[in-house]
Amino acid sequence: MAEKVYRTLSSSGRAQRFFRQIWYAISHDRVGMIGFVILAVIVVLSVISPAVFPVDVESDPSSILQGPSAQHILGTDHLGRDIWCQIANGGRELLVLSFVTAVLGMLIGVLIGAFSAVVGGRFDEIMLFLADVWLSIPRFPLLVVFSAFFTLNNTTLALVLAILSWAGIFRTVRSEVLSLKERDYIEVAFMQGLSLGHIVIKEILPNMMGFLAVNFTLLMRSTIYSQVGLVFLGLLPLEQNWGVMINLAWTQGVIYNPRTILYLLAPTVMICLLILSLVWIGKALEDVFNPSLRK
Amino acid sequence: MVAYLVKKLLKMLFTIWVVTTLIFVLIRMMPSNPVDRYIEEQMVVYGIGYEEATLRAQSLFSMELDEPIWKQYLSFLSDVANFDFGQSLLSPGVDVMSIIAARLPWTLFTVGMGLLLSFIIGISVGALMAMKRDRWYEPVVSGFASFLSAIPDFLIAIFLLLIFGVFTYGMGHTIIPITSLRGNYSMFVTPGWNAGFILDVLLHGLLPILTYMFSQLGIWILLMKGSTTSTLNTDYVQIAKVRGLRQSTILVNYVGRNAMLPIVTEFAMRLGFIIGGSLIIEQLFVYQGIGLELLNATNGRDYPLMQGIFLIMTSAIVLCNFLAEILYVVLDPRIKLKKKVRENG
Repeated sequence: MAEKVYRTLSSSGRAQRFFRQIWYAISHDRVGMIGFVILAVIVVLSVISPAVFPVDVESDPSSILQGPSAQHILGTDHLGRDIWCQIANGGRELLVLSFVTAVLGMLIGVLIGAFSAVVGGRFDEIMLFLADVWLSIPRFPLLVVFSAFFTLNNTTLALVLAILSWAGIFRTVRSEVLSLKERDYIEVAFMQGLSLGHIVIKEILPNMMGFLAVNFTLLMRSTIYSQVGLVFLGLLPLEQNWGVMINLAWTQGVIYNPRTILYLLAPTVMICLLILSLVWIGKALEDVFNPSLRK
Repeated sequence: MVAYLVKKLLKMLFTIWVVTTLIFVLIRMMPSNPVDRYIEEQMVVYGIGYEEATLRAQSLFSMELDEPIWKQYLSFLSDVANFDFGQSLLSPGVDVMSIIAARLPWTLFTVGMGLLLSFIIGISVGALMAMKRDRWYEPVVSGFASFLSAIPDFLIAIFLLLIFGVFTYGMGHTIIPITSLRGNYSMFVTPGWNAGFILDVLLHGLLPILTYMFSQLGIWILLMKGSTTSTLNTDYVQIAKVRGLRQSTILVNYVGRNAMLPIVTEFAMRLGFIIGGSLIIEQLFVYQGIGLELLNATNGRDYPLMQGIFLIMTSAIVLCNFLAEILYVVLDPRIKLKKKVRENG
């Protein structure tokens, strides 16, 4: 017991230290804790709901667009299906897609960014210029235009979004690596004649994990925005998620029927909660990994 | 100074060139691109020969398809440079530019009004919150601002729609008669500078404007609060206080100018987001702007219209970025000085 109490962060393993720091960040920040709880609830719902709250596969013409009742706590949709079950199942796809996209996007951005900052010189200048150019191309209209040329589904969307978001991550990672590069231990690593790959992966990346975790939540957030936006415009196949529910509620004219406004309101609130939880967790992480931002 | 601006200008032109080339590659060089698909379709469906189908495609897309690809590319570039995007596929005989010219002002009006309002309100509230950091309402306002800055603009639009157009609050009718607010103005008003028309336009644009305003408001408040707080702690502000200058003078001339700097950069960065968001918001409110037109063009596979609108959108954003760079130089004399020092030695 005593041993555990006096164990410092630096004496534990690297991965352990990373997760301990994240847990410290979240549990010592009220808002971060709320965000974490919301996210946990959504994750748990996504995992258990196919078994516990299965989505009605059959329509029930006798109970179309009903208000909340004991049987259907959030009412029913235009096909008589229970809305709560759709809400419980609707987060999974958003979570998985945004997670995959964020992993891919971070990989691309971090590799190019770290490499460019370490190599420096003309290559770095050109990459920075290209990133600036790329950032001034409006992303959402570009996605809409793309949808006319390629059939977008969730797999291709993850790939396209990851590739499109390289520039933003590239810029932040590059500036972070540039500041790390000035530190002594990196200089020592260079003097030891270690390979460039070793320096990037073993020396620089582990010290950026917190910074990367923050950017990860930001990337997940922008992915959710793009996916829900595209679904709302009807440019993605309609599967089971909150964006699709908004789209259907909208096209079925739910706003003209105030009794069933929950059909539109519930998924909207859920998306807000998901995004807010990511923002709050990101903020809590930022506070710990960037002590200079603390008040 | 001049070299700095020339560099930025070249960057702006390069961006537009990249987008133009991207569009050319998509339309002309990708496997199963729209031109090839059109020719194929004409041959299969209408049973006409390859030459005739190519001729039709040529007149439709206004490209010389039998020329080598680099010549097509050069003529495409010169067309774009002359703002000549050809004719719309869905409404043949109508120039793409005339469609854009009819739609763009509405988007500029709503986006511009929303941005202006959010900018004015956000900066005032942000500066005020930085001064009143010890009051009870500061966390409330900051919390609301971070809520606004986090959630997507189209969800704000849905909330606004519910608040203004759906809930009745026991009055029997909604605050705004939402069912008659489709489009840009009502049928019964005559366009022109008369009170009825202007009021009607404002009423139709109210919800889009409010959406743009609220979606940007949070960011301005947070940014302005942050940068004002850090400016308040600097020596020159303390000195100004010691000199006994009036508080409004300090706030405007000493704090405001310096606190604005990071915001100007952010302003340019956000413009792309707002224009991108206009696609969804105009669809939500059925507002006949450039975003809705791009969406219709995409759904109808109207390639000339699509490329025209996308290029105009990008150019507008890039141009605003450039203007923001100029404004930055004006606001921050240090850039001028730094360049001079570097040039001299």
